[in-house]
Amino acid sequence: MESASIPARPSRPRGEVVREFISRFGLLAILLVMPVAYGIQDLQNEGDLGRLATNIKDGLSNGAIWALIAVGYTLVYGIIELINFAHGDLFMLGSFVAFSMMGTIGLTTATGGLGLVFGLVLILLIAMVACGALNTMIERVAYRPLRSAPKLAPLITAVGFSFILRNVGLLWLGGSHHGVPDLIESQHTLFTIIGVPFTNGDILALAVTAPLVVVLVNFINFSRIGRAMRATAQDPEAARLMGISVDTTISFTFLLGGLMAGAAGLISALYQTDIWFEAGFTAGLIAFTAAVMGGIGNLKGAVIGGLIIGIIQQISDNRIGTEWTPAIVFAYLVLIMVFRPQGILGEQTREAG
Amino acid sequence: MTALAARLRGVRAPGADNPVVGKVLTAAAILFAILLPFAFDSGSGFIEDCAVALFYVVMALGLNIVVGFAGLLDLGYVAFFAFGAYTMGWFGSGWFNSANIHIGVTEQLSKLPGIHLNWLLILPLAALIAAFMGAVLGFPTLRLRGDYIAIVTLAFGEIVHTTAVNSDEGVFGIGSFNLTNGRAGITPVDKIDLPLVDRFTSLELRPWYWTALGLALFVLFVNVRLRDSRLGRAWVAIREDEVAAVSMGVPTVRVKLLAYALGAALGGMAGTFYSSFVNTVNADQFEFSFSIFVLAMIILGGLGSIPGVIVGAIALTFINNRLIPDVLNDLPSKVGLDFDLTELGFGIFGFLLVIMMVLRPQGLIAERRHKAEFAEGPEAGDALVETRA
Repeated sequence: MESASIPARPSRPRGEVVREFISRFGLLAILLVMPVAYGIQDLQNEGDLGRLATNIKDGLSNGAIWALIAVGYTLVYGIIELINFAHGDLFMLGSFVAFSMMGTIGLTTATGGLGLVFGLVLILLIAMVACGALNTMIERVAYRPLRSAPKLAPLITAVGFSFILRNVGLLWLGGSHHGVPDLIESQHTLFTIIGVPFTNGDILALAVTAPLVVVLVNFINFSRIGRAMRATAQDPEAARLMGISVDTTISFTFLLGGLMAGAAGLISALYQTDIWFEAGFTAGLIAFTAAVMGGIGNLKGAVIGGLIIGIIQQISDNRIGTEWTPAIVFAYLVLIMVFRPQGILGEQTREAG
Repeated sequence: MTALAARLRGVRAPGADNPVVGKVLTAAAILFAILLPFAFDSGSGFIEDCAVALFYVVMALGLNIVVGFAGLLDLGYVAFFAFGAYTMGWFGSGWFNSANIHIGVTEQLSKLPGIHLNWLLILPLAALIAAFMGAVLGFPTLRLRGDYIAIVTLAFGEIVHTTAVNSDEGVFGIGSFNLTNGRAGITPVDKIDLPLVDRFTSLELRPWYWTALGLALFVLFVNVRLRDSRLGRAWVAIREDEVAAVSMGVPTVRVKLLAYALGAALGGMAGTFYSSFVNTVNADQFEFSFSIFVLAMIILGGLGSIPGVIVGAIALTFINNRLIPDVLNDLPSKVGLDFDLTELGFGIFGFLLVIMMVLRPQGLIAERRHKAEFAEGPEAGDALVETRA
């Protein structure tokens, strides 16, 4: 009976409708500006979209790396609402581990097919485990003691650890860029579809990222500890009362994030054939932008955001100039924050409900 | 570990409770700072370090308004330093050599091409520009929660840095105008030229020191007055609990924008001094690590605690400029390791941030409210209010 007295739907002021429209579709419009503008330009100048398609393909391969890093940000943010600033530098160390393991195992460009595959799988596992263990250790030392402190405190230790990891990288391989042996001939074209060349590097990025993400999503959705992670993310107190060991669950989340960062490190080393101790800073910021773009705390969002950011970055690299790419990606970050801080798919955090 | 942490958190600074002791200590410290240069040669490296330390005191006190008082973690503070430095570079050098504008400068300078304004004119100009940019930065962060603010400010700082590095051929890649000269930088920059005294030179460092001291004392005064003002209490209120502050009628938008603008203005002022002092404005000065260096100062000293921030700034400047390069640099080679400690400067500061946060999060000289908060968790702030009522 009471429900009958509630008016059907209050007519809303015009301004609010417009605002909601901007909030919902504004971000997509912003994202489409660059591809559409350059697509029109290509059609006018060259008559086809081949260059744009190649940009997008390269962007997706790059984006696979950002997606793997972004997953680490989003997992950690989802569970303890902390921006793990050290994550980008963890990825950098992952690429360093991969690089030095290539030397240890003795993989060179002359290594034959089967040996190469076994070697790379081994290196992938080592890089993943190393980064996962390191990330868990960082959580234990720098974030766990501050669990009840104000939110500013773990954020500051995260920044501190970011600098520590960067200096570990600096000590390890020095301040210069290192060329990684081009084991997989990453620029070698395997096949061409409607004028877009697909290279070994693209296939590698796809072959590593896709299974990892599928396994991760299923793991979190269906496994026992994945359920514990989601419960802790929703309400740590209630999770504790239900018999979930919150500290172990959080450690495990950091482990998963670290594993993904290690995998991203190997792909990046093979794909870019270049590693550098400063690479983690920019990579971290780009991946964080990806995580926010997809909706922080949202695993699928992080992957989609990573791919989109990869495309934006590639178009910017190719058309505007690599030196401006960081500024453009960060400008996107600020725009997202202004127009749609909850991201494309919506965030999944405690505060968002 | 926890016992150690508990003990470290309990240590207190002298004069923390007694206002008279505090005042006497302050007066003595200022007198000491004024007389200090007479004990050293005017061209000595020590005076130079002291001037740099005072510059960092100004920077740190500016950042303290944003991070310490208002609780908005600003990781892009270097941007405001950059705006101040470029204001000095553009309006106090021969950079725009087709222009011929001279206001309030000596005869010698007024013969040179370019825009040459007196430093005393550039100082408020830089403060205004930086404050405006601070408000521009503050605007998109208003709706965001704490940790998103950190990342947006960081992105803003990086955008400014990237623009500074690449704007030697067209601003944002448009046109071919050389605005910043990128990494090569704008040099030489006019020396500070105050009325009634001779123009500063790079050999006589005492006047630089006293100028920096004057600036630092001015900023210190501003900081203390702000802290004790209605605005200062509003900042603390939004830092402690934004929802409660809003419901008590604190206009958060205005208060937050003022925090950004005032903090930025101080950073801009410091920038004009520093670029004149080191005689160059180049894009490499505006790296992210600079923001972290200043942040480490206020963390070390104590968030929101004015004496703490000053101590932190002076201590870290000397650790960075003296202790690490001169005293400890060959330590790794003595124990058989092959690297220079100077390379690891920022790793050491990162380590310092972690150690401070874990062992003594309130800083060396704690601010009262922060101390209570860190000692007993977030709820302790309420107990503080009750005991005082």
